[in-house]
Amino acid sequence: MIEFTGIRKAYGEQVVLGPVSGRIPAGGITSLVGPNGAGKSTLLTIMGRLTEPTEGTVTVDGLDVHKAPSQDVARVLSILRQENHFTARVTVRELVSFGRFPHSKGRLTARDIAHVDDALDFLHLGELQHRYLDQLSGGQRQRAYVAMVLAQDTRYVLLDEPLNNLDMKHSVRMMSQLRRAADELGKTVVLIIHDINFAATYSDRIIALRDGLIAASDTAAGMMRAEVLSEVFDTPVQVHEVDGKRTAVYYR
Amino acid sequence: MSESPVTAAPDRPGPPTAAAASTAPGSPSAGAGAGRRRLSGGARVGVAGALVAVAVVCFLFLFVQGSFEFAIERRLTMLGTMAVAAFAQAVSTVVFQTLTHNRILTPSIMGFDSVYTLMQTLLAFVFGGSVLAATDGLPKLVTQTVLMVGFTTVLFRWLFSGRRGSLHVLLLVGVVLGLAFGSLSVFLQRLLSPAEYDVLSARLFGRLSSAEATHLPLAGAVCVIAGIILWRRRHLLDTLLLGRDTATGLGIDHKRELTLMLLLISVLISLSTALAGPMTFFGFVAAMLAYQMAGTHRHTIVLPMAFLIGLLTLVGGQFIMEHVFYASGMLTVVIEFLGGAVFLVHLLRKGTL
Repeated sequence: MIEFTGIRKAYGEQVVLGPVSGRIPAGGITSLVGPNGAGKSTLLTIMGRLTEPTEGTVTVDGLDVHKAPSQDVARVLSILRQENHFTARVTVRELVSFGRFPHSKGRLTARDIAHVDDALDFLHLGELQHRYLDQLSGGQRQRAYVAMVLAQDTRYVLLDEPLNNLDMKHSVRMMSQLRRAADELGKTVVLIIHDINFAATYSDRIIALRDGLIAASDTAAGMMRAEVLSEVFDTPVQVHEVDGKRTAVYYR
Repeated sequence: MSESPVTAAPDRPGPPTAAAASTAPGSPSAGAGAGRRRLSGGARVGVAGALVAVAVVCFLFLFVQGSFEFAIERRLTMLGTMAVAAFAQAVSTVVFQTLTHNRILTPSIMGFDSVYTLMQTLLAFVFGGSVLAATDGLPKLVTQTVLMVGFTTVLFRWLFSGRRGSLHVLLLVGVVLGLAFGSLSVFLQRLLSPAEYDVLSARLFGRLSSAEATHLPLAGAVCVIAGIILWRRRHLLDTLLLGRDTATGLGIDHKRELTLMLLLISVLISLSTALAGPMTFFGFVAAMLAYQMAGTHRHTIVLPMAFLIGLLTLVGGQFIMEHVFYASGMLTVVIEFLGGAVFLVHLLRKGTL
């Protein structure tokens, strides 16, 4: 379980997040949604200890992520940011192998290699594994990053917009792969997602942020109500039943 | 950083490359992809090592005139100095470039040399030129090193850890301070008598041939310790290439590692500068060649390669300067000239930092 208590983040006078408190139970997929600038990324990176909160604590299975040694946290929780720029020219396989660093410290054992192979398979990167990242399309690169995070083999996986740069086909594939990771591998996945319908289809819980505060937090089905979504996104949203699934329509 | 819309990037599952098919999957070497078709990283280091060995043998034993013992002793001292300078400059440049995610900056460009120049000039100005020669000794070497380490660690720490700690600010501050110290030095030099200036100017160029043998054991020991620390962290350095956030995600205490590495760089560069004089572009050239020759980003290969190429440049260059051009004192000047030219060409071709 991820538990965050009294989290606040301010840059000087400007408060960008909080104070927010809440908990994300172990297992399943939890989506963070909300308009631009709502504080989603800030909250996610604070949970993943990449950003120091101004106030508040985050514990993951009882481990205080900002106080515990970084390498202990790295065996429990992995995080992928939205922007990734590397100076080094690395192949997909090398990148995914980096995910084993918390376990192997760079000297890959047979077990590490098996994990890397699994992660590559899981995201269908087998054919691309010896290509350099700069020879890949944006979507392929995005999958390689996710594979690195999965190779880290942590119970908790935090992803900032994993659907960024993905087309329809690969978005669907990515989400069903993450669903499989949650169901078959028992991972707890927390992700930021822009498309509310994707969030509703694949996640168990949705946390909605607005203006740095938690505006709503519910099961995916419970969140899909016109008045809730219109309020959160500050734009008229209608919700229709499509094939028995509540689907948001907000294009007009 | 706007939240970019999901662009429908066509995601072609391109054909597997021939190499991908030919390399056995699950090869234990993470660099299997990089090493195919060409020499493996280890073999490349071996080749560089062999070249260095040849250069060292030529340098030590060829064209000995007069007393063999005297010549060998003098050349061994010089070789030791070159090894320290090559190690300190080349290796710390590679580490610095890993930390800054930039393959153009070097610690020297960040104003190290001007601190050294200013210290020497101040010494000559306040106490007279003869003091420069009279005070040469281990205490002075240590003092100089400590002063320079202090200055640069404070500067780097402040710039890297600050909220606005960006590379460009670091570069700007480094260059501006370098210019300020440089101008101050030039001003003070104008006030010196010609004789004192003559003594001083001899210190302000790299002087591989006149380093003191007594300093070498200490300098060598520092290099060995630094080498051990870096070698144990070679995989950790690889992860730093992925940037602060990814490295932190992989369990690196980024701030601690950054501080430790900057401290190490400061020690190495200061020691090399105090021992063999300032060399601005040498580290840049050695690091750049090392990346080219290593053919991989992995520090396991790049770090030894940088040291070997640095040493090869110095030893080979000195040999050629001594026996082909009969200008043995000019090596560092030539390296700086060529290195600076390469630096400018590289910068112009790349068109950006």
